[in-house]
Amino acid sequence: MSEQIDQALARKYDAGFVSEIESETFPIGLDEDVIARLSAIKGEPEWMLEWRLKAYRTWLKMEEPDWAHVDYPKVDYQSISYYSAPKSMKDKPKSLDEVDPELLRTYEKLGIPLHEQEMLAGVAVDAVFDSVSVVTTFREKLEEAGVIFCPISEALHKYPDLVKKYLGTVVPRGDNFFAALNSAVFTDGSFVYIPKGVRCPMELSTYFRINEQNTGQFERTLIVAEEGSHVSYLEGCTAPQRDENQLHAAVVELVALDDAEIKYSTVQNWYPGDENGKGGIYNFVTKRGLCEKNAKISWTQVETGSAVTWKYPSCILKGDNSVGEFYSVALTRGKQQADTGTKMIHLGKNTKSTIISKGISAGRSNNAYRGLVRMGPGAEGARNFTECDSLLIGDQCGAHTFPYIESSNPTAIVEHEATTSKVSDDQLFLCRQRGLDPEKAVSMIVNGFCKEVFRELPMEFAVEAGKLLEISLEGSVG
Amino acid sequence: MLSIKDLHARVEETTILKGLNLEIKPGEVHAIMGPNGAGKSTLGYVLSGRDGYEVESGSVEMDGKDLLDMEVEERAQAGLFLAFQYPVEIPGVSNMEFMKESVNALREARGEKSLSSAEFLKKAKEACKQVELPLDFLKRGVNEGFSGGEKKRNEIMQLIMLEPKLAILDESDSGLDVDALQVVANGVNSQRDGKRSFIVVTHYQRLLDYIQPDYVHILSKGKIVKSGGPELAKEVEASGYAWLAEAEGADA
Ligand SMILES: Nc1ncnc2c1ncn2[C@@H]1O[C@H](COP(=O)(O)OP(=O)(O)OP(=O)(O)O)[C@@H](O)[C@H]1O
Ligand SMILES: [Mg+2]
Repeated sequence: MSEQIDQALARKYDAGFVSEIESETFPIGLDEDVIARLSAIKGEPEWMLEWRLKAYRTWLKMEEPDWAHVDYPKVDYQSISYYSAPKSMKDKPKSLDEVDPELLRTYEKLGIPLHEQEMLAGVAVDAVFDSVSVVTTFREKLEEAGVIFCPISEALHKYPDLVKKYLGTVVPRGDNFFAALNSAVFTDGSFVYIPKGVRCPMELSTYFRINEQNTGQFERTLIVAEEGSHVSYLEGCTAPQRDENQLHAAVVELVALDDAEIKYSTVQNWYPGDENGKGGIYNFVTKRGLCEKNAKISWTQVETGSAVTWKYPSCILKGDNSVGEFYSVALTRGKQQADTGTKMIHLGKNTKSTIISKGISAGRSNNAYRGLVRMGPGAEGARNFTECDSLLIGDQCGAHTFPYIESSNPTAIVEHEATTSKVSDDQLFLCRQRGLDPEKAVSMIVNGFCKEVFRELPMEFAVEAGKLLEISLEGSVG
Repeated sequence: MLSIKDLHARVEETTILKGLNLEIKPGEVHAIMGPNGAGKSTLGYVLSGRDGYEVESGSVEMDGKDLLDMEVEERAQAGLFLAFQYPVEIPGVSNMEFMKESVNALREARGEKSLSSAEFLKKAKEACKQVELPLDFLKRGVNEGFSGGEKKRNEIMQLIMLEPKLAILDESDSGLDVDALQVVANGVNSQRDGKRSFIVVTHYQRLLDYIQPDYVHILSKGKIVKSGGPELAKEVEASGYAWLAEAEGADA
């Protein structure tokens, strides 16, 4: 994959893949007018505006949640601009010289080609991309298979019925404070549709759509896998993205119909802020998948970024014999805070779920796992296995595990294992005695700790995730 | 090769090494014996620079360089190897990855090119066979779930892979069955080339039947109290360390 990307970027880019550019930025503040204007600018169907307004009205009545293990200054929702057109070329940095050297150093370490660095850093690179590109081939190949993969704003124009049928079916408008806000004001995101019986011929990666990096803080993704279809979707890329939005409240909905399978992998590496967490991103995401009969949804995530992360990718195992999986690595350092986990809601018979969560805390960070396993009355013979491991680096960080188990079916089995370990002096000494410097040693130990999760990532992603951890851990060995 | 002069070192508040002297020439094998708690493992840790082991006075030179001035990994890169008495597990990190990192770190320090995966694999397989471990040990996590004897063989496998100038073996023979003892000894002997030197810490004369030492030293209470040839090990085997107390009594 990365070779393809290199090629795509070393060559050029097809403008046809860029969504239309608007040239307006809204003044700050949020009310029904703002939402109406937003919807109008995007040329949305009437029902979409109605939907947004309903979400907004629900949101108004909701309270921002409060968590024991995450602490951040309250966001003033009236001081945000809810629509910002992509930056014009003249406002962007002219060259990499104008970009934060720290960011560049990281790109270098990740071995990111220059072009791509410019792209990620938001440098004004106009007209560097020409038409013969891997991206185009990529699109053609998908079309041949009947797969739809496009910005959700485009889908609202081209496939309004499909969007209407599934939007909000997994994460209802009023699901939670952030989901409601997202429903009211989401600007863009991805739409994926895999027709019946189709195995998507390649990994779908937002990587191929970096031109839309500015989808803003309220991203909305909807993936629908028809009966017996199969798709693997990669979200994000391993390089830290320059981003001016402090608050991110995305919603991701997955629908896996009978016998379908969706694999959703995320590597998230947003700016965590300086050592004191200043300037970092608050990441409040609602991700949820619905499994019909014999369907399978698998969430794999590697999180190293953000100042504050609140995220619980979940599976609703509605259909009999459906399977939910959650594999997660969350690394916190400095003053980062993460409160992540998953929810597995077993409704159908013989449903199965597996949760493997690996939390790594360094510096003065706090890392909490919060997981809910619910066995509904109909979850005859359902099973869950949860393994929650925490690794501490140094002695000023914290790891917390909050498993919630609710079972209304006596035949359902829930197993939970939790461990907390430290990168021990013995291990460090062994590695150093064999010639490795301490940072290399720690990153190797941490990588080993994460192995079960990395194994679930597509190969190239796994390698990059490993490198990313290494970089993220720099300076955490004292 | 290695020159230890009047070494005093402590762990936390306790001084363990109290004026230790030892000279090792290239190619020599020195056995160190001595009662439990004498400071044998401590010596290995001090030489390899482990945190928490503080040198109070004295000097250690390896190949003319001040060993005590170097970081742990620099000592390793300079050719010092410690086979651990209690090898630690690193879950999830395969033996293979671990050794590859390690071999290449040492090569890099010597200004050599990293081994390609194929070259490395070949070497690793040979080493694995040499210590008679099944090849799937290369894929298993470092010492993860290994039996006591397997851990020891694994240490020797690393020794073979890393080709150190000076290897310190801390009780590499304890807990081994007779065959394993032979394997460990063969592994060590295969590395003897007239240039590499060894410090072999052991409680049992038997290992020394297989690894012929040039010298045997008795370490007691942080000092070498007696040195001799292989016959000294036989004496210890026959009569234990009771004479140490007498010798001490005579000293006082
Ligand atoms: N962290 C520590 N704090 C205090 N004393 C220590 C510490 N570590 C080791 N010691 C002491 O140092 C002394 C020497 O220990 P060392 O492990 O070097 O002995 P040894 O000769 O290797 O013994 P054995 O034959 O049992 O392996 C022992 O008395 C031990 O209790
Ligand atoms: Mg010992």
